[in-house]
Amino acid sequence: MSDGYPTKTVIGLEVHVQLKTQTKLFCGCSTEFGAEPNTQVCPVCLGLPGALPVMNEAAIDLSVKAGLAIDCSIPPMTKWDRKQYFYPDLPKGYQISQFDLPICADGFIEIDDPASPGQIRKLGIIRAHLEEDAGKSMHDEAAGKGDTKIDLNRCGTPLLEIVSQPDMRSSDEAKAYLNELKLRMTHLGISDCEMQEGSLRVDANVNLHIDVDGKNVATPIVEVKNMNSFRAVERAIQYEIDRQYDIWEETGKTIKDEAKTTRGWDDESGKTFLQREKEESADYRYFPDPDLLPIRLPRDRVESIRASLGEMPAQIRQRLQGQYGIKPYDADVIVNQGVAMITYFETAATKSDDGKRTSSFIQQDVMRLMNERSISIEDYPVAAESLGDLLGRVAKGELDNGRARDVLAHMIDKGVSVDDAIKDLGIESVDNNEIEDLCRELLAANPAVVQDYKDGKKQAVGSLIGQAKKKNANANPQVVRQTLIQLIEQE
Amino acid sequence: MLDSVSEILRLQSAGEASAVEIASAALDRIETADGTINAFTHLNRELTLAAAADVDRRRSAGETLGPLAGVPVAVKDVLCTHDMPTTCSSKMLHNFHPPYDSGVVEKLRAADAVIVGKTNMDEFAMGASTENSAFGVTKNPWDTTRIPGGSSGGAAACVAASMVPISLGTDTGGSIRQPAAMCGVTGLKPTYGRVSRYGLIAFASSLDQVGPIGWSVQDIAPLMETIAGHDKRDSTSLNLDVGSYVDAIKGTDLTGIKIGMLRESMEAEGVDPTIKEAVKEAAKVFEKAGAELIDINLPHSEYWVPTYYVIAPSEASSNLSRYDGAHYGHRAADIETGAELGPLVTTYCRSRDEGFGAEVKRRIMLGTYALSEGYADDYYNKALKVRRLIKSDFDAAFSQVDLLLGPVTPTAAFPLGSKVDDPIQMYLCDLFTTGANLAGIPALSLPAGKDADGLPIAIQLQAPALEESRLLFAGSVFQLVTDHHTDRPNTERPDTTKGVQS
Ligand SMILES: [Zn+2]
Repeated sequence: MSDGYPTKTVIGLEVHVQLKTQTKLFCGCSTEFGAEPNTQVCPVCLGLPGALPVMNEAAIDLSVKAGLAIDCSIPPMTKWDRKQYFYPDLPKGYQISQFDLPICADGFIEIDDPASPGQIRKLGIIRAHLEEDAGKSMHDEAAGKGDTKIDLNRCGTPLLEIVSQPDMRSSDEAKAYLNELKLRMTHLGISDCEMQEGSLRVDANVNLHIDVDGKNVATPIVEVKNMNSFRAVERAIQYEIDRQYDIWEETGKTIKDEAKTTRGWDDESGKTFLQREKEESADYRYFPDPDLLPIRLPRDRVESIRASLGEMPAQIRQRLQGQYGIKPYDADVIVNQGVAMITYFETAATKSDDGKRTSSFIQQDVMRLMNERSISIEDYPVAAESLGDLLGRVAKGELDNGRARDVLAHMIDKGVSVDDAIKDLGIESVDNNEIEDLCRELLAANPAVVQDYKDGKKQAVGSLIGQAKKKNANANPQVVRQTLIQLIEQE
Repeated sequence: MLDSVSEILRLQSAGEASAVEIASAALDRIETADGTINAFTHLNRELTLAAAADVDRRRSAGETLGPLAGVPVAVKDVLCTHDMPTTCSSKMLHNFHPPYDSGVVEKLRAADAVIVGKTNMDEFAMGASTENSAFGVTKNPWDTTRIPGGSSGGAAACVAASMVPISLGTDTGGSIRQPAAMCGVTGLKPTYGRVSRYGLIAFASSLDQVGPIGWSVQDIAPLMETIAGHDKRDSTSLNLDVGSYVDAIKGTDLTGIKIGMLRESMEAEGVDPTIKEAVKEAAKVFEKAGAELIDINLPHSEYWVPTYYVIAPSEASSNLSRYDGAHYGHRAADIETGAELGPLVTTYCRSRDEGFGAEVKRRIMLGTYALSEGYADDYYNKALKVRRLIKSDFDAAFSQVDLLLGPVTPTAAFPLGSKVDDPIQMYLCDLFTTGANLAGIPALSLPAGKDADGLPIAIQLQAPALEESRLLFAGSVFQLVTDHHTDRPNTERPDTTKGVQS
């Protein structure tokens, strides 16, 4: 589409967030992930005749919290509706959801504009409503039998469906929105937001507005499902942008010619594929659930939840910049990693008394290992205090960044303390006289370098720093450089 | 011996009969009479006698017993029992054994009542004649060529045939009061939320309510006292004190009570004149006892039946969607994987087609239509608005009077089979009863004499929400000065005297 007409991408996201309650939305069953199939069930979530739902107040509080975290308004009254359809993993034949009075409405999330950093993009949120999850169907197509097994453990788990405005204009914006949303939900303990475990699910509605000689032409809307990571969401959207443009060029079909279709994402091939041809005008026959009472949310309840929110990510970013002297970008990276990383950084930076160095070590060394090992900061082998201790010594000039990396690697390898690692590596601080002697020796042996330096090639001393490190591994390169320059200039 | 709760309690405490002897008598009576009446869908002699023996053992051990100790009770087969099947008289649930007791059954057991079995009903409580049962019709003990009323036909008939003194029914649009009226017994539909719906298999959740049936107010008051009260497993259950209904019915003086005569009911067409006459006679009885009579009209009465027949089927269409053959209940056999709609949809369609009877299907279709996009505003949503108007009528009436008096049914029990092909005629049986369900108020059906054919007819009292005490008190006063509730059918007589209607 590179040489084509100017095109605006329109993306709206529907995000299902599983609320971190101990028990399900309408019964006392556990919500824990990974149990044996059909072991976390009872008459209520199995939809047995005569069983009745009883609302879990904790889910209401978490939903209000989530709504406040994305600047939604919380109406004084909300209610439950039945959404009706037949499917084997929906044992009642209806899902208890919210139709016309969602618990949260009309919010927004602000992101840093990926296209022009420093600029803020405000992305609207239409609503967030609470509903119960369905079970899981596991299709076993083996041997042409087409058996399906049903696990109802997940049935009745509380989900908050957060529906954005179609405000996103690129896959980068969609990703930034998701990052920020996940950050707030995890930060406030509302959800684990683990896509792999299904506690965060994303559907993306995508189409293009193509400017054909001043006339706006919209392509048919496609809903993309089955994406199991933010990266996948990004790729799927990008793929759709290209595909929709190509199809439009080929067929000329616009939103008027074709109803919304549903496409799945295949991560392996990197393509979307058609799942449902036409969004059959599904009639869910919503009506208020007569088994449940409307929910009243008095102002004081909402306000006390608001008061309990504490520091939001945007405020933390600001604070980290001021308190530790790090750049907005660095504060962003750390905060975006979530609560555990923020705590890790703050602990290490306080100990080292060098926020900038701590931030860059975390972003380079710590996060690289996390990526390599696919671990979270909670599982990173070096404690924040120890890293801070190590970096504090660098700040004091006891060792350089390079040696600090060696020490860190040794600590990770052997699981030893900073002191032991330094001892094991034979690192000791080198006396300045010793360095001066070493430098005199090197200058005497390399008159050409001295001449080059005097001729203006100041970088020539670099070769001598390398030699100095070879002769004494503990020599601080910064100190060596300064000493060499001093000695040459004194001549 | 099996006609009165107080007599059964007295016999035991006086040592004149044991709970086992009483239970055996009930079981024997059922064995003799139920071949004709067919009031029960399930009986379990061993379980019943074991429960009774337990009461006897605990009595002789000097333990304190519950208020219904050793009293045989029958339970409508829409209420879950962990030790008996619960079928809703439907093929769909013919094999369903709930893993739990309903809230009211728990309370019965806690009161040391002896549950003898489950009673027949219109399938999923949809009907007014108990002819819509997958397990055969129940016959009216007063005339076995006639229907017992419905949907709690079995629960009313088993009392009327003196098989048990009391039973539990459910009332969604008249399903306790109408069969009680037709079987010449007393039945109470409580305030919505007064009795737990936990374990009551839903027909229409916003209307369903469990209630007691017995010969007299004296008999149903202790049963009502047992089952009433909050249950946290039912979100619509009211968390309010209940008080004692047994104490509430003491006294004979209705001075200060204003009773509203329902003008629309008395002027309605197609109402048997003997029933209108019985209501007028009853009014005189109340007046004599000190009550003041006032004419009252409920302007939206004519919309009760149409409103009810939109709301109840709408909720039913949703409540019954769980019966799909996938998890429990009837599942169609031998679904070929090559079936036109695919094996899944075919299983759904065939299981539901085979499992549900005609009336249930009719109401599922009505409700599905009423909730459908494009029609919901004209039907379901409009019905909700009219329901509010109906409720306002009652609120206005109760600002003037304490009770409302009128008929329960337009006619006495009709012959078996006479209305099965005419659903509209059948729905008109609910003419006077659906209002209380739509408004959520309590209502009481009291025997009030016989029609020209000698069949029982009844009057209905209605009270504001939560005023069961007032309702039962007035009913008790009525029964102190009348003897309609002491009439018994001659159930020994052959059932061919009137000839079986085709
Ligand atoms: Zn459960």
